[in-house]
Amino acid sequence: MGNQEVEDPRTGNAQEHQGETGGAPEDRPSQAGRRGRFRGLVLPAMAIITALIIGALFIAITDESVYEAFRDGIGQGIVRAFLVIGRAYGAFYVGAFGNPVQIVRAIFSGSSTQILRAIYPITETLRIATPYIFAGLAVAFGFQGGLFNIGAEGQYFVAGLTSVFVGYSLRGVPQIIHLPLALLAGMVGGALWAAIPGYLKGKTGAHEVINTIMMNYIAFRLAEFMLDVGGPMARGDGRPVSPDIQPSAYLPQFFPNRIDLRVNLGIVLALAVAWLVWWLLYKTTLGYEIRTVGLNPRAARYAGMNVPRTILVTMAISGALAGLSAATDILGVLHFMPNAFYSGYGFDAIALALLGKSHPGGVVLASLLFGALRAGARNMQGIARVPIDITSVLQGLIIVFIAAPEIIRMIYRLRQPVKGETLTLTRGWG
Amino acid sequence: MPPVLELKGITKRFPGVLANDHIDLQLEEGQVLSLLGENGAGKSTLMKILYGLYAQDEGDIYIRGKQVSIEEPNDAIDQGIGMVHQHFMLVPVLTVAENVMLGMESIQHGIFLDRDAAAQRIREISDRYGLGVDPYALVEDLPVGIQQRVEIIKLLYRNADILILDEPSAVLTPQEVEGLFDVIRSLVSQGKSVIFISHKLKEVLEISDRVVVLRVGKVVGTTTPEESNERDLAAMMVGRDVILSVIKQPKAPGDVVLRVRDLYVRGDQHKMAVRGVTFEVREGEIVGVAGVQGNGQTELVEALTGLRTVESGQAEVVGKDITNVTPRLITEVGTAHIPEDRQRDGLVLDYPVADNLILNTYYLPPVAKGLVLEEGAIADRAERLVREYDVRTPSIATPVGSLSGGNQQKVIVARELSRPVKFTVASQPTRGLDVGSIEYIHAQLVRKRDEGAAVLMISAELDEILSVADRVIVMYEGKIMGTLPAGEATKEEIGLLMAGIASHPAESPKSAPSTV
Repeated sequence: MGNQEVEDPRTGNAQEHQGETGGAPEDRPSQAGRRGRFRGLVLPAMAIITALIIGALFIAITDESVYEAFRDGIGQGIVRAFLVIGRAYGAFYVGAFGNPVQIVRAIFSGSSTQILRAIYPITETLRIATPYIFAGLAVAFGFQGGLFNIGAEGQYFVAGLTSVFVGYSLRGVPQIIHLPLALLAGMVGGALWAAIPGYLKGKTGAHEVINTIMMNYIAFRLAEFMLDVGGPMARGDGRPVSPDIQPSAYLPQFFPNRIDLRVNLGIVLALAVAWLVWWLLYKTTLGYEIRTVGLNPRAARYAGMNVPRTILVTMAISGALAGLSAATDILGVLHFMPNAFYSGYGFDAIALALLGKSHPGGVVLASLLFGALRAGARNMQGIARVPIDITSVLQGLIIVFIAAPEIIRMIYRLRQPVKGETLTLTRGWG
Repeated sequence: MPPVLELKGITKRFPGVLANDHIDLQLEEGQVLSLLGENGAGKSTLMKILYGLYAQDEGDIYIRGKQVSIEEPNDAIDQGIGMVHQHFMLVPVLTVAENVMLGMESIQHGIFLDRDAAAQRIREISDRYGLGVDPYALVEDLPVGIQQRVEIIKLLYRNADILILDEPSAVLTPQEVEGLFDVIRSLVSQGKSVIFISHKLKEVLEISDRVVVLRVGKVVGTTTPEESNERDLAAMMVGRDVILSVIKQPKAPGDVVLRVRDLYVRGDQHKMAVRGVTFEVREGEIVGVAGVQGNGQTELVEALTGLRTVESGQAEVVGKDITNVTPRLITEVGTAHIPEDRQRDGLVLDYPVADNLILNTYYLPPVAKGLVLEEGAIADRAERLVREYDVRTPSIATPVGSLSGGNQQKVIVARELSRPVKFTVASQPTRGLDVGSIEYIHAQLVRKRDEGAAVLMISAELDEILSVADRVIVMYEGKIMGTLPAGEATKEEIGLLMAGIASHPAESPKSAPSTV
């Protein structure tokens, strides 16, 4: 049809909008850039705070002693509620980051045993954050390419199988070769598993959401078959787990003398890979292709990019990242693969990618937060008797607020975003 | 007697934009008032206020001297105001009568639709204003021009006295535009009043009794066709003098650059959309493809740029076969492509200007060194192109989506024409753009021609084809109806060909390209 341009006064004049955010016209680009970076953090921070406040309400209304106190009077009830919440979140903090008093005292005492005991919670947070970072990067990478990889959990399972197989079956190989091979095996397993729905999407347009979900079920059953008692990869002593991997495939722990401090080289690897993913996405031609296909596949085709191949590559890399999640968990912490490998990392990863706005740096921060949530919740359950499921509630609330930022904007009366700042995940069905 | 419609001091603000700034307007009974302005001048906003789709921040609306408040479209309809939108609101599988009845059905025996009563009234209206619409025809079978009349009948059926026509000529052939003008004249001669929205100067001068020119939300002038001319109106619209006709030196075409032989291409519905097209474009020549939209032009361009499969036939650029090869290969042969739908195909709206400028060269030096993007080179290139091609953007880091349509198109033109190209395809290169941008883009196409490139330009605007092209190809239902030198072709001649009526039945389509 002839003239399709619709007159829209709001888009008609971009300068006005820019003028609101920037300072003097000359330094506008840098100003906007700097403020934009901070503004990106405002919403997630508000979402987390709001979730903690609502979580506090949950803690208070599920505690019987609060009700009893309310029977004695409203004042007592409120005081009791705050006490309960304070104790719960206090335990939570200690469980995630350690007791600050204890840490200071340990440092002054100079005893390495005491220091290690004091920093144990932080090491647990980092230990849990490691697979989270990889899995979060996997889903975020898919988002960047316009693909919704719900199959990170299945890729995690398959990568576990390939990684553990290389880990226990190779013998007499030096660590410098064995460990990278085992990591690589995990990457390849995850990549191949993710590449199948990627290929189908590129070749036939079959939607990756459906196919990655289906591939999850196949992966779960495959792991069951391989590891069940009598299965090809079961260790043969009547337990449904794989044999232990060779020590030469271990990801070295930072404190080899303390088995309970499970933080290992995996966290360093995770941070390095996060940087690598950022570099790949924003500084290379491949990343440019992936992001272009993600934002506008028609323009990508127009520009001469091979869209099906790019989709395949995106899914494969996404799967390889999910694979590293499993590989570091097995090689660094578990040292074998259980039949019940289910960890939820692959599904929480979707939340991480959302919270991190699909940016590698954001994913790292979100993963540290989720690691802290998981580590803290365990302590909270032990000390304050608050069910560990409160983490699920908190995670759920954070995601709702991130996915529906209007709620947060309404509560805190934040200003509308400049056009284009909103988060686009994937395009609709078909 | 008071005017049938009067607007006083209408003001509408959007965040950061003053869309309408104290607009005064008077429409006399039985007259045609044209609202002229560029995209973004505030025409549509004003009409949406009048039709109850937006609420004004300030100002009053008077109908026959009485102040009214219009809060929703139903209020407007009650006041006798009707609007024909650019995009028709018709149900294709229903008949004309059923479409017209929608929302105010005639009922008989309590629950049954009385189609015949409605059809009877439609026939009366159609005869009275000379519309020639059959109430029992299915809308999907009707040509666009008749569908538009169905929209007009819908308004008259609801007893509208004031008819707003929003860019009504944009979808019509020249003959259909003439037909539309006859209808408008018949309407006003019987006491209806019409607001005609357009940015086409010729049409405004032909049909209006009075012309109101809007620029950036303000009325900048009110005039009549007798007191004015195209040049004055254009200057008023843009706020400066505009060169309306394209300045172009005659140029003798050189070697053949694009050769298309007996090309067949399927459309989206698997029907053959291009059916046996043969033509050539030479160095230093602009060939314009005229035709009503949907006659195979889009498919032809997509086939020539590798975006659509060729069923049979062959296309060559500078002697290299480009039939069914990848878009990248066609680009590397030396083809530039300004796509029909710039936002959907030609740009990544979320990307900054700089990243959009490397869309099809991102993998080549100096933009890339191996796998790594050279940010310095990308920024330098962007700064240079933004300056050279006069892209109005706050910075090269601004997302392209926040630029105006004209500047978005300039980004594409800068990207495509700054490469050393031998063949340029420009599809609807100025659609929806303001006069200033149109002027600029035409000049760039002519510059490319003068540098020796072959240019193929597809446009639905006949004026554009006639002023820019050296030679005109007219397409109808996937075939070439005729080829004419632009200098000698008349609008009437081309219009007939566009409607599928061959002016020289004896002449075969292949005979023409020899002379220019």
